[in-house]
Amino acid sequence: MMKKSKVFWGYAVLALVIYAVVQILISTNILDIYYQNMLITMCINIMLAVSLHIVIGITGQFSIGHAGFLAVGAYVSAIITTKLLLPFPLAIFLGALAAAVAGLIVGIPTLRLKGDYLAIATLGFAEIIRIIFLNTDYVGGAAGMQVLYLSNWSYAFIGVVLTILVISNFTNSRHGRACISIREDEIAADAMGINTTYYKVVAFAIGSFFAGLAGAIFAHNFYIIQPTTFGFLKSFDILIFVVLGGLGSLSGSVIAAIFLTVVSAYLANFPETRMIIYSLVLIVVMLYRPTGLMGTKEVTDLFKFGKKGGTK
Amino acid sequence: MEWIQQLVNGISLGSIYALIALGYTMVYGIIKLINFAHGDVFMIGSFIGFYAIAKWELGFFPALLLAMVVCAIFGVLIERIAYKRLRNATRIAALITAIGVSLLIEYTTIYFRGAQPAAYPEVITNKSFDVFGVQISSTSILILSVAIVLMILLQFIVHKTKIGKAMRAVSHDADAARLMGINVDNTISATFAIGSALAGAAGVIFGVYYTKIDPLMGVIPGVKAFIAAVLGGIGIIPGAMVGGMLLGVVESLVSALGFSLWRDAAAFVILILILIFRPSGIFGKNAREKV
Repeated sequence: MMKKSKVFWGYAVLALVIYAVVQILISTNILDIYYQNMLITMCINIMLAVSLHIVIGITGQFSIGHAGFLAVGAYVSAIITTKLLLPFPLAIFLGALAAAVAGLIVGIPTLRLKGDYLAIATLGFAEIIRIIFLNTDYVGGAAGMQVLYLSNWSYAFIGVVLTILVISNFTNSRHGRACISIREDEIAADAMGINTTYYKVVAFAIGSFFAGLAGAIFAHNFYIIQPTTFGFLKSFDILIFVVLGGLGSLSGSVIAAIFLTVVSAYLANFPETRMIIYSLVLIVVMLYRPTGLMGTKEVTDLFKFGKKGGTK
Repeated sequence: MEWIQQLVNGISLGSIYALIALGYTMVYGIIKLINFAHGDVFMIGSFIGFYAIAKWELGFFPALLLAMVVCAIFGVLIERIAYKRLRNATRIAALITAIGVSLLIEYTTIYFRGAQPAAYPEVITNKSFDVFGVQISSTSILILSVAIVLMILLQFIVHKTKIGKAMRAVSHDADAARLMGINVDNTISATFAIGSALAGAAGVIFGVYYTKIDPLMGVIPGVKAFIAAVLGGIGIIPGAMVGGMLLGVVESLVSALGFSLWRDAAAFVILILILIFRPSGIFGKNAREKV
């Protein structure tokens, strides 16, 4: 018990140090606006990667419609700040909540499906969400919606810390282990008395919640949101973080999100090249290392190497 | 009369969906893989037809044949390079690879020729026939007849030839088929070849009918064709034909009711309803899961 809390405070200090260092660099203008933007994008991508990780990596439910929940979070929070003129933190929370509700609505019927069918159904739902925004004049339709610029590094970083904290704690709880057992063998988990539908829906709703959180920060970082931003390619971008990092590894998906954000920032002027590289990476990883780079291991596992009977 | 007009348009669109859906359903039936790249084979077929007609000045039928042959080879290449290693991989790994292959084909095409659309040349003089007040254009008759001939040909191949028998055997039980001396790898390649050839043909008739093609054109028809395949019961060949036609008609009716912006959503709603209430499709039988 002592040990666990020690580890927790260790991470808390680490998070504070990262935050303070970056904040100092920003306030002394060593990191200019370009790098600040990249940092916020990085935070958004980490949140998205971790929120999809709980659905695909932990629970083993293959969803390729994550951009739909990002869109719900983005649009709902944008309506709250831009149209209703309410404060930004409230907008973030309500955006995330709306995405979680959307996750429940999508999850309850579709999570009865398995594998390929689930993938296609989530893709379909994400497209329906996108088409609804596309045809709603209140949010600007295809032309998009003007959004106030309210995001900054602090909001983005707090979002990341919150996401990782909740999802890693969930994973290590009995609920998380129930989800992992569903990933390993759904029928066996069912036979052991685990309410598989309940846990699948819970994991899906938590994933959607944090995707919505990311969406709220995303919307207030780019001045404008358009339905085309949230298409299939966005879902694919999120998917590749999780797949490359390792299906079932939280730190893997964080590392992949950081790495790929930097790569795509440098390839921003060559979008075709970027997509060709992404798709080749995806194919090669799946053919030669189908568990992703980290597998189900975490970075922290590496430090425990020498110890006997490692603590988990 | 307006309604019958929309029905005619729907059947024309539906026959394109049906041709693509056949490839999906055959591949799924034999290796249980949703071949996401199938929509892009359709796109490649369309571009080959375009170059054949516009640059090399071939007629419609030689161009159609050329597109089918090239797509067949292309489909087999995809299968041999990317999918063959995945026979024993998890479903998720196979699905992700298929998505990767699809994006690779799309963006490689954009890289080499740019994303701008191309205008399909007119290959047959477009006349309209007036049948009891309903306008039926010669192109829609052409694409319907091409689609029907190809479907009859496919039924013949699957039910009357040796390779068709092998395909049915492998899709029923690959291990048992191998024990009976069937070359499973070749049979799977043949399935990809036939499915891709049909997609190539669909690409050419799509170009002739809609006259505008671009490198990302395969995405939406690809997904729609998959919906059609699920609708008819995935793995079942007549199911894909009926599913495709039905989806085309439904989409045209939704447009006719004045909701043309919601057309794509209608297809996805159909997909989700069918997945929830009858996942085995219209023609499918319920398969019980074995532990």
